[in-house]
Amino acid sequence: MTARSLLDRTGTLLGLVLVGTIFGVLVGPRFFAPGNLELMARQTAIVGMAALGMTVVIVAGGIDLSVGSVISLSTVVIALMLRAHAGPLAAAATAVGAAALCGLVNGVLITRLTVVPFIVTLGTMLVVRGAAKGLADELRIEAPMTWLNDLLRTAAGRALVPSGIWALIGLALVVAAMLRYTRFGRHVFAIGSNERMARLCGVAIGRTKVLVYVLGGAFAGLAGLLQFSKLSVGDPTVAVGLELDVIAAVIIGGGSLLGGRGTVAGTLIGATIMTMISIGCSQKGFATWVQQIVTGGVIVVAVALDRVRTGRL
Amino acid sequence: MRGIRRAFGATVALDGVDLSVAPGEICALIGENGAGKSTLVSILAGALAPDAGTMTIDGAPYVPRSPLDARRAGVAMIYQELSLAPHLSVMENILLGVEPMRYGLVDWPRMREQAARALAELGHRDISPDAQVGLLSLATQQLVEIARALAVGCRVLVLDEPTSSLGRDDVRRLFALLARLKAQGHAIVYISHFIEEVKEVADRFVVLRDGRNVGGAATAGASHDEIVRLMVGGSGDELFHRSARTPGDAILTVTGFEPGGASFELRRGEVFGIAGLVGSGRTRLLRALFGLAPVQSGQVRVGVYSGGADPHTRWQQGMGMLSEDRKAEGLALALSVADNLTITRLAPLGAAGLVWPERQRDAAKKWVERLGVRCADVRQPAAELSGGNQQKVALARLLHHDVDVLVLDEPTRGIDVGSKAQIYRVVDALVTSAEPRKAVLMVSSYLPELLGLCDRIAVMRRGRLGAPQPAANRSEHELMMAATGGGPGA
Repeated sequence: MTARSLLDRTGTLLGLVLVGTIFGVLVGPRFFAPGNLELMARQTAIVGMAALGMTVVIVAGGIDLSVGSVISLSTVVIALMLRAHAGPLAAAATAVGAAALCGLVNGVLITRLTVVPFIVTLGTMLVVRGAAKGLADELRIEAPMTWLNDLLRTAAGRALVPSGIWALIGLALVVAAMLRYTRFGRHVFAIGSNERMARLCGVAIGRTKVLVYVLGGAFAGLAGLLQFSKLSVGDPTVAVGLELDVIAAVIIGGGSLLGGRGTVAGTLIGATIMTMISIGCSQKGFATWVQQIVTGGVIVVAVALDRVRTGRL
Repeated sequence: MRGIRRAFGATVALDGVDLSVAPGEICALIGENGAGKSTLVSILAGALAPDAGTMTIDGAPYVPRSPLDARRAGVAMIYQELSLAPHLSVMENILLGVEPMRYGLVDWPRMREQAARALAELGHRDISPDAQVGLLSLATQQLVEIARALAVGCRVLVLDEPTSSLGRDDVRRLFALLARLKAQGHAIVYISHFIEEVKEVADRFVVLRDGRNVGGAATAGASHDEIVRLMVGGSGDELFHRSARTPGDAILTVTGFEPGGASFELRRGEVFGIAGLVGSGRTRLLRALFGLAPVQSGQVRVGVYSGGADPHTRWQQGMGMLSEDRKAEGLALALSVADNLTITRLAPLGAAGLVWPERQRDAAKKWVERLGVRCADVRQPAAELSGGNQQKVALARLLHHDVDVLVLDEPTRGIDVGSKAQIYRVVDALVTSAEPRKAVLMVSSYLPELLGLCDRIAVMRRGRLGAPQPAANRSEHELMMAATGGGPGA
């Protein structure tokens, strides 16, 4: 393995180690205390879950700006279902289903109208946000407590980390395997890398893309589930702008907005780096504005490093 | 350029190469892909720095640090892929970066005048300075690019494969222009795979092989055979391999097909060629047959299947296509050789929609070995391969899919002689010794290739496909006459 391919494989991980070391020194050993690590995992979970779907979307050469809105819609749907005395499982399934439906709309519009995904999802971002507010009557919706509220909470003596984190890890493995070991996954890479070639080679581009956006929506729905668990209310104004964090996680993790590149492991590391910065800054007592500047800087540096390691700079 | 040396890691791309060109001279640089031509001209154009060696222009040392530097020193490179801004006008492109200014604003009247002067110098007053570049033909765009080089005062012009996407008329016009520039005292380096062209346009040729000068002489005294021998290092006689062929059952039947007005039958064990000028509609016909372009009318039967279709269906019917545009459509350059090679047929590589990487690699390796693709590993991105090897990967995709009908659009465009010979051998084997025998439908602008490889050839002219005739009865001269519309005796 050459030095470059070694860097290529471990680049994002090195970034994580670097950021971890910096805050480890700044904050002190308590930064790596088990409790603090779990806090980081919990904070990463929502962005990380949505970023799993976004990884597939970005590898396919697309983008989905509607995930923030879809997350809020999902929390509203759960709260409304629970208030209507539905079981927690049914409520969760309905929310994820509604989110997947948003993804389906995105996918169909993108493939049928042949409008670029940026524009289509910019539109649906507003449409879905409006729908969530309409459903909720522009109010937060209180809902009865169920096990859905415990997804990101450590039940005493039951597990090391909350079940929501385990779900994220499990699903990450599934998505990674799907990208690597299935025909669908290879088609996603082919479309993202060179769509004209994919067409020449008879890849079902329309169907594959629609499925990609459905996945993007469904994972945003699952992220909404975690968001609901954290808030324990349905909130149509939550997760505004979160899509940018989600996209940033994928990009820091080595994904390319031009498509054809991106990995699940990289994405999760990218999401963790961003959490580390935010928690590290707040524990060090830095103001939010410092944190924003640092996060922005990391995104730019990550992309610049990526250009260097792929030899395009 | 003297004693130029350049290595990439452990690979020595150039090992002490000399190249000189005098004012008022056209020097052709020839050699197989990977011989070091591109590296040499990249150094000349300032895009790469040499490890050793010296360069001088008019006796003064020349050490370009960037392509811009080179341009300032009077060296301009015209690449195969043109570098123009398609949305801007001809004059804006010609004077890009050196726009005439007045009071800090662009002086449009002077810009128009300067551009018109540059175009007149080329003898092309017919090109309007106000035309939008993206709407012009490829040949005209090339002229605009040359005008740009002259407008900034370049004396050394490097042209990389300038005729690869031009039709016969445009090539004529380009050659006439080069002769004029030569008469004006410009020094021209001309890179080409077409030896006939080199003999026609250049005064002198220099052959590179494996990063060294292996020969060179005045073109007037050198024979085609001699030059090819220098390039490949052996005899060039075996270029076209042709076994005895006996056509079998019809596998592709095209009836009253539009676009193209095509009606023909392609049989197993047969290579059917389509000649014609670029822009005559050859590619459009192939793309429509394959479902990549709209079909107006007519019937297509592939084996037992009939009816219109999209590319996905065509592959399933046993028809595969090789694109003329290897980089933009033929391959996904960022993906691995294995992915590129197996993408149309992943089903045998795992049950239930799965793809086992190991089986994918083994499948790819088999074809890589059989076609002699030079790559370190099938997991390597296709971008890292040379053009000839990339083309072999694109062709291997059709073999991996095991299609009955191979539709090849310019299968050897811009690749080295060694890879060409290999592709010719593969095509010949497909129609003679494969079991069952395949059928090949190919378009090519390279007439010796069509004559050497095909059993029947039809000529396309102004969007109409003529009647096919046995290749043995046709000649380059006759095909060119038919393509340009000057039938025999006209």
